Amino acid sequence: MDRFVFLTFDGLSKGAVLAAFALALVLIWRAARIVNFAQGAMAVAAAYAGYSVTTATGSYWLGFGAALVGGLLIGMVVERAVMRFVDHSSPLSEVIVALGLVLVMQAVLGMVYGNEFLPAGTPFSRTALSVGDVPLLSRYDLFVFGAVLLVLLGLALLFTRTSVGLRMRASAFAPEVSRLLGVNVGGMLTLGWALASAVGALAAMLVIPTELGLHPHAMDLVFVSAFTAAVVGGLDSPPGAVVGGLTVGLILSYVSGYLGSDVTPMAVLVLLLAVLLVRPGGLFSSTVARQA
Amino acid sequence: MNMVKGFLDRSTLLRHLVFAVLAGVVLFLLTQQLDPFRNFQLATVAAYLCATAGLTLLVGMNGQLSLGHGALMAVGAYTVALSQNALADRGITGNQVLPLSLALGVLVTMVAGAVIGLAAARLRGPYLAGVTLAVAVAVPAATVTFDEIFNSEQGLSVAVEPPPLSLGLYFPNERWQAWVALTGALLTMLLLANLVRSRVGRNLRAVRDDEVAARLSGIHVGRTQVLAFVVSAASAGLGGGLMALLAQSVSPGAFSLTLSLFLLMAVVIGGLGSLSGAVWGAVLLVALPDLTHDSAQWVSLSPAVAQRLEGNLPLAVFGLTLIVVMIAAPGGVQGLLRRIGARVRRRAPAR
Repeated sequence: MDRFVFLTFDGLSKGAVLAAFALALVLIWRAARIVNFAQGAMAVAAAYAGYSVTTATGSYWLGFGAALVGGLLIGMVVERAVMRFVDHSSPLSEVIVALGLVLVMQAVLGMVYGNEFLPAGTPFSRTALSVGDVPLLSRYDLFVFGAVLLVLLGLALLFTRTSVGLRMRASAFAPEVSRLLGVNVGGMLTLGWALASAVGALAAMLVIPTELGLHPHAMDLVFVSAFTAAVVGGLDSPPGAVVGGLTVGLILSYVSGYLGSDVTPMAVLVLLLAVLLVRPGGLFSSTVARQA
Repeated sequence: MNMVKGFLDRSTLLRHLVFAVLAGVVLFLLTQQLDPFRNFQLATVAAYLCATAGLTLLVGMNGQLSLGHGALMAVGAYTVALSQNALADRGITGNQVLPLSLALGVLVTMVAGAVIGLAAARLRGPYLAGVTLAVAVAVPAATVTFDEIFNSEQGLSVAVEPPPLSLGLYFPNERWQAWVALTGALLTMLLLANLVRSRVGRNLRAVRDDEVAARLSGIHVGRTQVLAFVVSAASAGLGGGLMALLAQSVSPGAFSLTLSLFLLMAVVIGGLGSLSGAVWGAVLLVALPDLTHDSAQWVSLSPAVAQRLEGNLPLAVFGLTLIVVMIAAPGGVQGLLRRIGARVRRRAPAR
């Protein structure tokens, strides 16, 4: 029973990070109808920027801020310099270009920082605090929950309470009409990419210290899990991304706790297939009219 | 002469058959001339060609994106390895068991392809890419989970017979490997070329271009998509099986996510529009490690820098090429060649 409780809390903490990363995918999907397969590499690049600042200044928080700013910039550059020029008539070209970006970014990171695992520090201790005899959560886990919750609230406020959020939603749903009404649709798209990339960078900063460390491929498996989380939630729905992230986090934690960590990639595949075969649009999707 | 040409124009099968035989003769003569290392490289190109041709059919002709073909190659390779070893353990040896193992590898991969294909037929664009990405990650992990069969990270060594004695005592092994792999590749290309030209091939392209229109004209979209996936998986399985024979070992590291991405990269740069693009892609996949090695030597400033650039610089170049090709020349190498060819023909005086 203790083990189950521990695994549950561990899974929720993993799930919170996956939820943030899935939310980044959902943000870009809603803004541009693209699943950003380069999300993981972009987030790792931002985390390396944070690492550089932390080692130069000795302050974790300066590095943390640098990673978030780096994420914003990377998102802007990727949208302005690459994605804007991709032919949108087939979803293949977007995915392939994103994979090309992954190769370039991982190779450049490998050239600059080397292909070794670099140690990534945490601002708080990772030893679990116990309630009675049962180890529950570490201070770091609480920090993760707090950071993700802050981002969720921030995004919810941005999209529902501000005029920028309204314009972003408008240009995603009706670009032509929005343009006629004077909304800078291209600018909103860039902003969407920048925000998503910053959220992805945050997720990378939170998850990398709990894994083996900083590495150009550090987010590969996290990306697959987060994609699963986003699909479970239905790609179109931010609350779905959060529910999906927590669900996938819990499942991964139970599977690796009871069956071994080697089994987790297979568990992700089975979950992904199961959800997609039952509801090809994800659990939170609305019904689409039949085509023919 | 005109009669022969007319006949060849009418019969697609015969035209492809003549072409395959001619290519076979040329390649046979080529293997006599090349040194063992080049022959081994030729054999590797042939093994990759099976996989890239299958992937071209799936992505280029049917519009289904797969990021998991490296994993399908692994299925073929592991099946061939297990079958070769099981037969050798029972004392059944000789080169005649090779086709049996390869056929088994293709069969098992077809089953795996059918399972993924059934799921894939219900999925579109990015969803399918995500599922196949998960396949690419899950299959290497499976070799670690079921380590009694697959011997986790170390992998398996494959029992392969030396060339038949009838070829002579000192017959180079690499030339024999090239013959086996080239036979497989020519057979794959012949079958795929015929499939693409047939009614099935037209159905594949119709589904790619407009699903609703294809459905309205009586094409069973789901069945066509599953078929494309199965055929493509069979080709990848043969390619993987040939790789296992060439390397005489299989391990999960050889079939990582990177291989799956490289296969896709190769067919995109080669040209998704036609099977000829798959040839360029396969050549590219073999040339890549060579470039990796050479690039470290062009720029060797200090050992530390060279070590960082090695491996990474070609990756960056190829990633960049992938982006540029996709944005500027979606036809790839083959599309470019076709355009140059058309221009030359226009300039040439009319005969």
